[in-house]
Amino acid sequence: MAELTYRDAVARGIAQEMERDERVVFLGEDVGKPGGVFKATVGLYEKFGPKRVRDTPISEQAILGAAMGAAMTGLRPIAEIMFSDFLAVCFDYIANEFPKSRYMTNGQLGCPLVVRTGNGAGSRFGAQHSQSVENWAMMIPGLKVVAPSSPADVVGLMAAAVRDPDPVIMFEHKSLYATKGEVPDGEILDTLGKAKVLREGKDATIVALALMVPRALEAAERLKAEQGIDCEVIDVRSLVPLDTQTILGSVGKTGRLFTVEENPRLCGWGAEIASIVADEAFYDLDGPVVRITTPHIPLPAADNLEDIVLPTPGRIVEKITRSMN
Amino acid sequence: MADTQSAARRARHVEQPEHAESAAPNGVGAFKPAEFSKEQELSAYRQMLLIRRFEEKAGQLYGMGLIGGFCHLYIGQEAVVVGFQMALKSGDEVITGYRDHGHMLATGMDPKGVMAELTGRRGGYSKGKGGSMHMFSKEKHFYGGHGIVGAMVPLGTGIAFANRYRENSSVCVTYFGDGAANQGQVYESFNMAKLWSLPVVYVIENNQYAMGTSIRRSSATTELCRRGQSFDIPGHQVDGMDVRAVKAAAEDALEHARSGKGPVILEMLTYRYRGHSMSDPAKYRSKEEVQRMRSEHDPIEQVRARMLAGGRTSEEELKSLDKEIRQIVNEAAEFATHDTEPDPSELWTDVYVEA
Repeated sequence: MAELTYRDAVARGIAQEMERDERVVFLGEDVGKPGGVFKATVGLYEKFGPKRVRDTPISEQAILGAAMGAAMTGLRPIAEIMFSDFLAVCFDYIANEFPKSRYMTNGQLGCPLVVRTGNGAGSRFGAQHSQSVENWAMMIPGLKVVAPSSPADVVGLMAAAVRDPDPVIMFEHKSLYATKGEVPDGEILDTLGKAKVLREGKDATIVALALMVPRALEAAERLKAEQGIDCEVIDVRSLVPLDTQTILGSVGKTGRLFTVEENPRLCGWGAEIASIVADEAFYDLDGPVVRITTPHIPLPAADNLEDIVLPTPGRIVEKITRSMN
Repeated sequence: MADTQSAARRARHVEQPEHAESAAPNGVGAFKPAEFSKEQELSAYRQMLLIRRFEEKAGQLYGMGLIGGFCHLYIGQEAVVVGFQMALKSGDEVITGYRDHGHMLATGMDPKGVMAELTGRRGGYSKGKGGSMHMFSKEKHFYGGHGIVGAMVPLGTGIAFANRYRENSSVCVTYFGDGAANQGQVYESFNMAKLWSLPVVYVIENNQYAMGTSIRRSSATTELCRRGQSFDIPGHQVDGMDVRAVKAAAEDALEHARSGKGPVILEMLTYRYRGHSMSDPAKYRSKEEVQRMRSEHDPIEQVRARMLAGGRTSEEELKSLDKEIRQIVNEAAEFATHDTEPDPSELWTDVYVEA
């Protein structure tokens, strides 16, 4: 067991898979010699060489197209799109190419690749480099979507994503790169489609993702200490497949559901979970499902403005307190 | 009017293979046609005729309502894929856009499976879930069949990347049209392919019209073979109506790519007789223009006339070949119109790998 930063976990996860499988190649902008703009891939170029760790031109469509072309032949590429906002630059591959390949080829040609991308706000990068766009990927049939919140999950979900035969979009949160956590020694392999109950509680269920997970946990501690409200906190981790069983089980126990989402409000992932809970656990609910989200506006650059728009522990406490009383 | 003139100019250009010899790097000038043996002439004729008859039948079935959705016919362009296929080595990959039936037949895919995909039947290459634009054959190294204009270019580049990574000797032939040549991702791919010396041949099938807009009206520069110049990618213009010229150019380009020198661009000057798709009456060009291409440059007629003039075949032999091809196409149509429809349970297969 070692304490690792979230960013070092990225490099460790990729290295683990590259050592295991010659078919794994890693490509992206500044990922090799420069070690990644977030320094999340330091050491890989030195370890695996320029053939397997490729610095690419700033050409997002060519990066994802090349990754998919290689994947169709059986390689297992990991492609980095530096900021998740740039998925829009190459969205054809995300929306039309990767997820349709198995279906349209009668299963002849899969698309076993991973796109990892820096997602989310907190760095004052402004409207085009800060968005949480996991819901863009979630809405497309044929993709799998994960968003880890801890270094151990980064390694394990990376391994699961690389070994998965379908295309996986992995959202790494930029504001989590510097955070630390315990990571077990040796090979780590997690499972896609499994949520984790990080804190047990009996009064309300909070589901959260990525950066919102530590904020939800902090809020839960404060709610317990200040209000006596005992919250269960679930890290969703995987939007597709979605672990509805864990979520419904928890709602069945607590009777209340709060989602904490960084994506803008309209069509955020929490809306889908709210809909599933309304369908399948309506009579377990003791009150309305409440979504705590970023408002439906572009993200600002100024410190104070960005801090206002994202859900904070304080806002989570306030919303839950008001709704529970 | 301007369109007709420009098309006529281009047609004249096609008529001038004497500029040819071996093409200069980045040269406009057709390749000197390859010498064909009698067997090669007959084989090329047969393959082109199969594509022509297949497409005519597909057009008929479409008219009868037996094929729905999109259907982009390849009639007129047959020499491009047939000439190229003759130069490929086993293991070379092929990828193209939505005008793909000819490419599939050229790679040896079963006409029955292709036609049944057009009619949306169980026996189609994609069990009816792909349609006209989305068929694939891993066995024949055919990577589709892509509906998004230009997307096959990064994908083909990626297939070539995989060849390089595996250090095999295969080349990926990446076909796209004059319309796709104006997509930005094409140039991202050119840069990447040259930078990494990837074994890819970009074949621009310049059929003169990007959907319904002529190349003169859609492209600032119309010699598409020059589009790789700023990446230092050699490019050549080829008489794409002459199957022998195509084969010669293909051999040259494939050798270049295979030997590790990186990508090559071949611009095939060709012509599509039919509209862009079945719903296009092609009113943006004159009947005379189409008629002139058909009567003066038809790729199949060229071989036929050459073989007859050279005493390499007889009317009887060609008639019997024609009959044989019609039989294959009729059987494909018969199969495609009588095969069962896909089971609704197929909706849920191959979305993800079954857990």
